Amino acid sequence: MRELVIIGGGPAGMSAAIAAYESGVTDILIMERDARLGGILQQCIHNGFGLHRFGEELTGPEYAWRYEERVQALGIEVKCNTMVLDVTADKVITATNAEEGVFQIRAKAVILAMGCRERAKGSLAIAGSRPAGIYSAGTAQKLVNMKGYLPGKNVVILGSGDIGLIMARRMTLEGAKVHAVCELMPYSGGLARNIQQCLNDFDIPLLLSHTVVEIHGKERVEAVTIAKVDQNRRPIPETKQTIPCDTLLLSVGLIPENELSQGAAVDISAITKGPVVDQDRQTSVEGVFACGNVLHVHDLVDFVSEEAAIAGQAAAQYIQNTRQNAICIPLYTDGKVRYTVPQIITEQKDTSVYFRVSDVYKNVCVTVKDGDHVLLKKKRPKVAPGEMESIRLKAEWLDGVEALTLSLEEC
Amino acid sequence: MERTLTCIVCPLGCTLTVQWQDGAVTSVTGNTCPRGKAYAETECTAPVRTVTSTVRCVDGRLVSVKTDRPIPKECMAACMERIHRATADLPIAIGDVIIEDVFGSNVVATQNRSVG
Repeated sequence: MRELVIIGGGPAGMSAAIAAYESGVTDILIMERDARLGGILQQCIHNGFGLHRFGEELTGPEYAWRYEERVQALGIEVKCNTMVLDVTADKVITATNAEEGVFQIRAKAVILAMGCRERAKGSLAIAGSRPAGIYSAGTAQKLVNMKGYLPGKNVVILGSGDIGLIMARRMTLEGAKVHAVCELMPYSGGLARNIQQCLNDFDIPLLLSHTVVEIHGKERVEAVTIAKVDQNRRPIPETKQTIPCDTLLLSVGLIPENELSQGAAVDISAITKGPVVDQDRQTSVEGVFACGNVLHVHDLVDFVSEEAAIAGQAAAQYIQNTRQNAICIPLYTDGKVRYTVPQIITEQKDTSVYFRVSDVYKNVCVTVKDGDHVLLKKKRPKVAPGEMESIRLKAEWLDGVEALTLSLEEC
Repeated sequence: MERTLTCIVCPLGCTLTVQWQDGAVTSVTGNTCPRGKAYAETECTAPVRTVTSTVRCVDGRLVSVKTDRPIPKECMAACMERIHRATADLPIAIGDVIIEDVFGSNVVATQNRSVG
């Protein structure tokens, strides 16, 4: 029997472990399938991490090391090269590694911190065969930054998520020619700073409202045909153009990785694709918590660490029997607000609510209502799907509240 | 003259409007912090960037590196050439200097690498 088992040793898992330890639970085990801690940060060698958390710009490996050092100093046990196969609702974890074979551990509490995975070409429906040279941006990142291979020399990137933008710069610095970044939407999914420093700095064109309609080549990618899309995101045939290239990178979104969560009978949100959680990141299964990109995809690792610390602290309180679940207030959204995390409030205390919007809206008021009663109205000059927003609910506002609705309204 | 920039100092990515005359910046608007103003001034006069990459270690593995301060933007390609030519001895601790004096910066390790 273990007090706390954390599945995943990336930024979320490490931050949760440290917070739980500092809250008084010391019997902790982190299970990580990779050979070392750090998760995806290990291959994110660019800088820009940690401004919120540490007040300085760090690279991914440096950010991860700050947490790994602390995990080591606290003596928190870590099993690397260990794949968790199953988690049950009564918190029995089945895992495997080369030393122990298949083994089971029973835990008082479990924190799910498995992160997310990239959407792949299979989920896109692009015409053409299956030649070599099509990679997700993250796979290309691993090949370049960890293995030392350049996956191609003439590159087109579909999707303007941050990983795609970062890889446009990285491949260029390593000697490849990036011909274009195509984005289906009329706006980029990545940060404005990355459009500047990863594309504009190297004169790489960003083609908004464009998509790849066909991939040419049998053994290896030889070219891609791109086209502009109309308001309904349908390709306009007259705008087709073919770009010779040997590589297509896909940066078309991330999906929380929740196979294990589903096995534990945790309720999954159809929108976030992550567990439905309360303000402490407890899932629908008591004693099972979730944090980081397994819960919802974050923009910044700093926010992952912050969220994971909430989960770690709450898991410790659950183990110590000091958690209070006095109330049950669901948080609803109006559609313009696409989702919130948490989705439910079970304790009357000050709570930050994170949310994403479904489109770009200008000069709107983020509004929190209990029926017709307005609890909070906050003006925002601009909100966009690519940028997570947050508001803070005060404990005293929750007196007698049955349900809350988060909406975007005219000011 | 007027120029519009996207600030790259933090993830906010403020849109900055810069007025300049005779090679000197006369005003910066749109920034939400003092670092944004400083960025705009540097960007219009002598733009700089931090370069991150990897260096091959003696055993064939890679170690991630960065310039420990931003270097002139036009020197990025030349900096990459220096990085490509370098080989790093083991062991390596975060912060170790891998290449000295690259356009006024040192290239330092951002990862630990033990022997074996």
